[in-house]
Amino acid sequence: MNKSLSFLIVAFTLTLWVNAQDDRQEIINDIKPLNKACFDCHGQQYYTYTNENTGREVKKEMCESYLLNDSLYYQSNHFSFACVDCHSGEYDSYPHPPAARQEQLYTCTDCHGFTETDQKYQFSKIEDAYYESVHYKLEGDNFSCWDCHDPHSYVVKARRTSDIKEIISYNNAQCLECHANEDKFKLLTGEKMNVLEQHEWLPNQQAHFNSVRCIECHTAVDEELLIAHQVMPADSAVRNCVECHSQNSLLLSTLYKHQVKENRKQNGFYNGVILNDSYVIGASRNNTLNKISIALFILTLGGILIHAVLRIILIKKQ
Amino acid sequence: MAEKIYLYPLWTRIWHWINAVLFVILIATGISLQYSDPDSPLIPFEPSVSWHNIAGIILIVNYIFFVAGNIRTSNGKYYKLKPKGLGSRLMQQAQYYLFGVFKGQKPPYPENENRKFNPLQKIAYITVMYVATPLVILSGIALLFPEMIINKVFGVSGTLLTALLHMAMGFFLSVFILIHIYFSTFGAKVSSHFKSMIDGYHEKH
Repeated sequence: MNKSLSFLIVAFTLTLWVNAQDDRQEIINDIKPLNKACFDCHGQQYYTYTNENTGREVKKEMCESYLLNDSLYYQSNHFSFACVDCHSGEYDSYPHPPAARQEQLYTCTDCHGFTETDQKYQFSKIEDAYYESVHYKLEGDNFSCWDCHDPHSYVVKARRTSDIKEIISYNNAQCLECHANEDKFKLLTGEKMNVLEQHEWLPNQQAHFNSVRCIECHTAVDEELLIAHQVMPADSAVRNCVECHSQNSLLLSTLYKHQVKENRKQNGFYNGVILNDSYVIGASRNNTLNKISIALFILTLGGILIHAVLRIILIKKQ
Repeated sequence: MAEKIYLYPLWTRIWHWINAVLFVILIATGISLQYSDPDSPLIPFEPSVSWHNIAGIILIVNYIFFVAGNIRTSNGKYYKLKPKGLGSRLMQQAQYYLFGVFKGQKPPYPENENRKFNPLQKIAYITVMYVATPLVILSGIALLFPEMIINKVFGVSGTLLTALLHMAMGFFLSVFILIHIYFSTFGAKVSSHFKSMIDGYHEKH
């Protein structure tokens, strides 16, 4: 390619990226003052307020479930929103009025699913899958999208990085937020669970945890959805190794679905997309090496057979 | 009655047969893992993993036993290669296998107390025992503890490279075993070498 053309393409891409960053920063600069009062208390472990009756300044510890990280918020997908865009305007005053605390919170599909981009992600199908999930079936309305996708910090990781290990770690942290936190898990279920003990049967447990998302084994695969949302009960989870460790690996319709659509075979490797970041026994196979090894094996066997037959015939003659 | 010499001490025979059983298990389970298929499993995946791991660990112990035995006893001398004239010795042995054997010629390097292996055997056994087996063991240990493996080597998964080395060595050793079994029929009688590995006595041609 012409050098100046390559330079122009690189310069244009950089400009777009810088512009996108500039736009984002501009929005954050506009929003920050609107959210300042909220983050002054909810963004810190300790907050102070003046008791109107006694006139004294009181220092309190922020309850953990109301504590937010403002830098995570401004990096999240919802960075462009003022707190009161989603929460009641009554939160403007402190102490917050009791009625505000009983507000009906939005769900994902109250906002998502209406734009053209949202249509691509099929939010209504995601919602249907969620209603079939064990989370909804067991907990009903006590559970919501927010329990996994915290709107104050959630990012669609796959859009921010191509590092699949980073995506896996982020996605698994969403599950482990409750499933590895005894108190949170107990809050909903009243039961205890230990993720490590539950997965003791899994060989190379750490390698599995680092290389696949929980949802690979714990959701029902839906060909139409990019990310399956029908989380299944524990006893329906995948336990059959060959569902992933085989040429038609389940991982290709889950974790690597997007890349698989782009490129089914790469560099002669079956399931080449898996190989970029990982190696899966039984799923990672090289077509050329397979053929070479079979040919060598047949040649060896053939050579032995011919040699043996000749030996028998010629020695008998003597 | 054919002349016999005691060429295979008990420890080498025990080591050899343990190795033989382990190789059969490792090859069968290794192929089952690499070509695992939910519809037609040679050996199902889960038992293959367990058997492969257990047999691999026993192979390490057996290999240490072999190396220690070669250091502590005179058996080690059979694995020492003299480079001088090696090429012509190899050619002579190859010619015997390719032509001489069909003409009923005597082997150019028959076994005796000072020479257990002919030149081709010696170079094959040195490669198998001191190159391929250590490599298959080291790569196997790395795959057993994948957290030890470097994540990326020039942008390629370190685990994939380790697995490729493990499989290449496994394949090389499988081919070696086929040839090894066939060449075991080259004794005074077809069954002579097999008997030698049981009673320790080599039957001269």
